[in-house]
Amino acid sequence: MATKLVKNALGRLVPTEINGKKQIPFQGVGKYRPDYRKYNPPVATCADFPTGNKLIVDLKTALEAAGLRNGMTISTHHHFRNGDLLAVEIFRIASELCIKDLVWFPSASFPCHDKIIDYMENGTVHHIEGSMNGPLGRYCSEGKMKGVGVLRSHGGRYQAVQDGEVLIDIAVIAAPTADPFGNANGLTGPSACGLLGFALADSQYAHKVIVVTDNLIDFPCIPWQIQGNYVDYVVKMDKIGEPEKIISGTTQITKSPDRLLIAELTAQLCREAGLIKNGFSFQAGAGGTSLAIAYYFEQIMHEKNIKARFARGGSNQYLVKMLEEGLVDYILDGQTFDLEGVRSMRENPRHVDTSPFTSYNYHGKGNFAPLVDIVILGATEVDIHFNANVNTHSDGYLLHGIGGWQNCLFSKTVILPIPLFRDRIPVIRDEVTTITGPGELIDVIVTERGIAINPNRQDLLDALKKTRLPIKPIEQLKIEAEKICGIPEKPNLGEEIVAIIKWVDGTVIDAVRRVIPL
Amino acid sequence: MKQTGAAGNRGPDIRSDCYFEIELTDSGGIQMDIRSKVDRLFGTENRQLIRDMLDFFDIPNAKVILEDSGALPFVMMARIEAAVKKVTDTNKEYLPELIPENRYSTQRDRYRRSRLYLPGNTPKLFINAGLHQSDGIILDLEDSVAPAKKDEARILVRNALRRNDFYGTERMVRINQHSRGLKDLEFVVPQHVNLILIPKCESADQLAAVDLKIQEILTSHQLDYPVYLMPIIESAKGIINAYSIACASENVVALAIGLEDYTADLGIQRTSEGKETFFARNVIVNAARAAGIQAIDSVFSDVADQEGLRTVVKESKSLGFEGMGCIHPRQVPIIHETFAPGESEIEKAKKIVTAFYEAEEKGLGVVALGSKMIDPPVVKRAQKTIFLAIDAGKLAKNWSKSYGN
Repeated sequence: MATKLVKNALGRLVPTEINGKKQIPFQGVGKYRPDYRKYNPPVATCADFPTGNKLIVDLKTALEAAGLRNGMTISTHHHFRNGDLLAVEIFRIASELCIKDLVWFPSASFPCHDKIIDYMENGTVHHIEGSMNGPLGRYCSEGKMKGVGVLRSHGGRYQAVQDGEVLIDIAVIAAPTADPFGNANGLTGPSACGLLGFALADSQYAHKVIVVTDNLIDFPCIPWQIQGNYVDYVVKMDKIGEPEKIISGTTQITKSPDRLLIAELTAQLCREAGLIKNGFSFQAGAGGTSLAIAYYFEQIMHEKNIKARFARGGSNQYLVKMLEEGLVDYILDGQTFDLEGVRSMRENPRHVDTSPFTSYNYHGKGNFAPLVDIVILGATEVDIHFNANVNTHSDGYLLHGIGGWQNCLFSKTVILPIPLFRDRIPVIRDEVTTITGPGELIDVIVTERGIAINPNRQDLLDALKKTRLPIKPIEQLKIEAEKICGIPEKPNLGEEIVAIIKWVDGTVIDAVRRVIPL
Repeated sequence: MKQTGAAGNRGPDIRSDCYFEIELTDSGGIQMDIRSKVDRLFGTENRQLIRDMLDFFDIPNAKVILEDSGALPFVMMARIEAAVKKVTDTNKEYLPELIPENRYSTQRDRYRRSRLYLPGNTPKLFINAGLHQSDGIILDLEDSVAPAKKDEARILVRNALRRNDFYGTERMVRINQHSRGLKDLEFVVPQHVNLILIPKCESADQLAAVDLKIQEILTSHQLDYPVYLMPIIESAKGIINAYSIACASENVVALAIGLEDYTADLGIQRTSEGKETFFARNVIVNAARAAGIQAIDSVFSDVADQEGLRTVVKESKSLGFEGMGCIHPRQVPIIHETFAPGESEIEKAKKIVTAFYEAEEKGLGVVALGSKMIDPPVVKRAQKTIFLAIDAGKLAKNWSKSYGN
């Protein structure tokens, strides 16, 4: 496949066509302007749903009724995380029906989806447009997938569906609770996962929508996080998820002294820079370090008698505690990470479910991301221009999806607390293996050996000048890491492109090359 | 000699370490079987290191296995050397660079509020140890290293002292007891180590033997830097001899107490109230003061109980101890905070130090505060109080500028 490559605004060589579709190279933050109308799914009629009872006997019948055939795009959501049983079941059925060349369009994939490799091997699945890691990432990285992978952020996924870049033929929405009309939510039932925001675009734009539940209740299912008016079929199954893998019982703050040190430095930096003030807002993830940062924030807020206006989820027990203690007015939540998060969302009107449309979609009239004062994110690698990689390991293998990471970069202060090296692999590099986000949007890197502040944040540099914080030029951190670890070799990569990384506006920010196995 | 030797650690939970195995063969050159987490990024370098080292140790033919969990080069070097020394009889040492950052010496009377124990055969704990701002780190060759791992730990600790940056903390090594401990010294003394901890020290002779060995090693290597001694008193006999141990060499800078072994020696349980060790702790403080050195308390072993630690440190300070061992970095800030001087101590110290500066400025030989003369040791103690207050964040660095205005 000879694809024409062009240099994008970050100097990365990216393809102009993928899987038979034209691609636009990244043009710079905010540079690309859409000049087209949104995608319209076909108009439906109530004449087809005279009783409003959309129950159908099983998933196979539903897929057949939805017109499953070769080459279709099938979407699923990842609110069940590593406990999802549905996606594999869909492709098992498709394989049994001898359907070929499907595109799987999940909002993210997990190790529970590794079996889909078998369905790529037998031709049922052509390629995946969504995150790939573990064995799926290996499979794609080594060039074994028939098509090219497309990785998008949560907001980018909504944008792609809304803009018609991806036409979903059939959306299958796993629903912890649903009624026969198709109204659904994630709040109760054995597979409760909190909310269903990642499936919103799928429900609105897919040609056919199937809701699958293991907890069917009488109409009305309240609240209807997914509206039945978008839904074609409802299927009742015995089990759609494994609860202990959907939600962790309790999320835990890290015990590692090295990570705690990074968390403490991060909190101290936010405090000294005056970012923690009355009415502020923040987002911290669910990783052990992020939880520790939220914990330190809590202490600072108590001590200085400060309240936050809102916190962005992923929610967890610590955030819920802050909400219930009155330290934050609202949690605007994208996903719930533990049982406390689910409980709070169910019981507390100030714990609000959001979707990629409200929070992250770049092709809308604004979104929530720039309203957040402090956002804490991770990264695999950062280069000396602050460009960061979350997608590939330094050896070239696909490692993580983008999640909401790109979307969060639009927040007021973006902080990446990361170790200077992992095992022996330096995190700050001359050049990252893959660019997921442009350095102009990344403000601070906090490592255990020093803090680097983007020179374009002179305000932060000034505010922190007189503190005891170990602020260093990013180049110096890079040198320190290399002095300890040595300078790694370049990974052995082929020319062939196995996946592309989309920016939030649908343009191509980077391409992932095939890893040549050892 | 055996035909095969191995060193290091492997397994799913191992990080920043490696396992190296060597089997001497008669022909076929060096055959390598390498499994490395970072092979794509450091594979060439690792293979070259193995070739260089086997060449250095004159091994032309061998089968080797490397299982690498992201070991830093100085760790890998130590593992290779330790395995090689099990199959060949050699005195050669494959030394990593002694980085300039590790060529510092410390002062006799520097602060030793906290010293962080690091098990000597667990390299992942070395790498960031200096970042947690304890006054000292202890690379432990004694109780935390299994008997079968003693030889390889020595080499690892030697390499760490040369190549791992401990960011200015006092670099200490706890050696083993008796002859094994004297052998340990050969590995660590030439690496610019700052202080040696002598475990289960019971007599002045025992201490003198260590001191003599250190001086011999320094002389034979033509090295000239101080290597201080901190004997750990951990037995009834040691307590009785505490003062003579403290005076046994001018290199002794502190007396430490080890309460786990001490209570075991008495055949009693160690309690959190610590009544049973009250006498011993007083003896240590008294002996140390009499000898003009520091008294250092035992470790507090419940890492999760931060409040318990605070209580113990408060008592320790009130008895006259100046520092304590730590088994986890999270204990460091609490120890520093609690050993920091209180408000009234700081105020008094400020007055004394100010009076001292004023006297100096005026060229007066005698320092006076009001009508009272102040002796030099009092000034020195006040200066120390000021330093500790600044370090604990209780006093601004430039306090004297605004003082008295």
